[in-house]
Amino acid sequence: MSAQASVLFDAPGPIARRRILLANLVSLAAVLVVAVLVLIQMNATGQLSGRRWLAAVDGDAWRNYYLPGLQFTLQSAGIAVVSSVVFGLVFGFLRLAPVGPVRWLAAVVVEFFRAVPVLVMMVFFYQLFAQVARSGAIQPQDGPYYAVIAALTLYNGSVIAELVRSGVRSLPRGQREAAAAVGMTSTQSLRLVEVPQALIAMLPSLLSQFVVILKDSALGYLIGFFELLHYARQLGSGNGNILQSLVVAAMIFIVINFLLTWAATRLSRRLSSRTAGDASAPTTPRVGAPTDTAG
Amino acid sequence: MQSISSLLADYGADIPLAFWTNIRLAFLATLGSFVLGVVLALFRISPVPSLRALGAGYVNVVRNTPLTIIMLLGVLAVWGQLKISFSSDFTLNFFIYAVIALSLYHAAFMCEAIRSGVNTVPLGQAEAARSIGLGFLPAARHVILPQALRGAITPLGNTVIALTKNTTVAAAASVAEASGLMKRMIEFSPDVMVAIFLTFAIGFCLIVIPIGLLTTWASEKWAVAR
Repeated sequence: MSAQASVLFDAPGPIARRRILLANLVSLAAVLVVAVLVLIQMNATGQLSGRRWLAAVDGDAWRNYYLPGLQFTLQSAGIAVVSSVVFGLVFGFLRLAPVGPVRWLAAVVVEFFRAVPVLVMMVFFYQLFAQVARSGAIQPQDGPYYAVIAALTLYNGSVIAELVRSGVRSLPRGQREAAAAVGMTSTQSLRLVEVPQALIAMLPSLLSQFVVILKDSALGYLIGFFELLHYARQLGSGNGNILQSLVVAAMIFIVINFLLTWAATRLSRRLSSRTAGDASAPTTPRVGAPTDTAG
Repeated sequence: MQSISSLLADYGADIPLAFWTNIRLAFLATLGSFVLGVVLALFRISPVPSLRALGAGYVNVVRNTPLTIIMLLGVLAVWGQLKISFSSDFTLNFFIYAVIALSLYHAAFMCEAIRSGVNTVPLGQAEAARSIGLGFLPAARHVILPQALRGAITPLGNTVIALTKNTTVAAAASVAEASGLMKRMIEFSPDVMVAIFLTFAIGFCLIVIPIGLLTTWASEKWAVAR
């Protein structure tokens, strides 16, 4: 909740309090009606049966399906996090380079990978690695795994490169001038003064980018990568409880991402004193914020 | 070159059609998610606690769920298990499901974009609206939202761009769109896969980059002078 929202209306008087109570009751009733309609439909199609829900949450389901799937999801997302941060730092630096052509080339690369849908890249890399596997360089069954990591790295690395650039741009001019005044070259100033501060300023946005990486790793389902969603679907097809197993898989994602978002908000509050940049909370996107977290 | 020209002969007409599906998905889902996003944003800034909780709950749950799962829940669970069908025509039915899934997912981001726009409206505007006797809804309609939407053009545009790219996820709902066609084309002619990939990648650049330029132009044209 933003600080300003509470000031959009006055402290309620007796009439407003009655209206608010009425509105509370109406919205509660509306939610109940929707819930009842859903439950009726679920009951009519037998989705409420205890067997289906139990089979989606019991020990076997976790041991044989969710946990192995979650392991691949976290593994691919974790590697993609590291590699996209490296990619982002390199291209962020290149986009700030003093040499014009280097800057332009980096800009073209970053803008290209930001504009192409992640799924299109994944499909391409999936086929590419299938070709590579034919030469024997990698195992054929590992192709989708590498494809997921490659596509996530290129897209999110480009987003992070933009974060680095806008983080450096958001620093007060005095930082760069002070570095020049003590005799640093522009590369030294970038490396020792500006980028370290920009990194602290962008840490919250970086954490919320990890949410995007984790969510997008589920796209691997579409190219046959054995991640959480794939296992959830397998469990569902085997037991006839696809609805239940997908709901559980969604809840696992929601809990992990919720924790990441919560950490990002906490971090942005703590870090705002450590940098001259703007470490405002990523949960309320600023105007002109470079992240498109819907990606 | 031989295989590229034969590829063009085979798929020349299919590529624009596939992209047209993505554009239609993007257009309809933008409308749907914007309307739902405005309603959610109103919920989140309203004086009614239950509506605020409802809005916040929706945004936090949906924003943290992968779009792929929402798409699959729609097609495999709601259609496959709950037997809710929007049309007897399979293609149209899945298309509608894809539009709904895209709208539900991006509404959360539209809501947050609009809320960030509300934050750009100076406090005095809300106070002035109240002091001339406007209640919450009239104040929102005549004073807050017009300025908030103008201040939110950039994040709204970013959401539309993300939505446009995410229309490829409709492949999970068996909608015949660009990424599915690309997959099929590469499977049949892997020797020119880079050319095929570049064709589709540039196709998306041609759709996405104008939206970005339009967003920048609109956010400057309609910026609220303060």
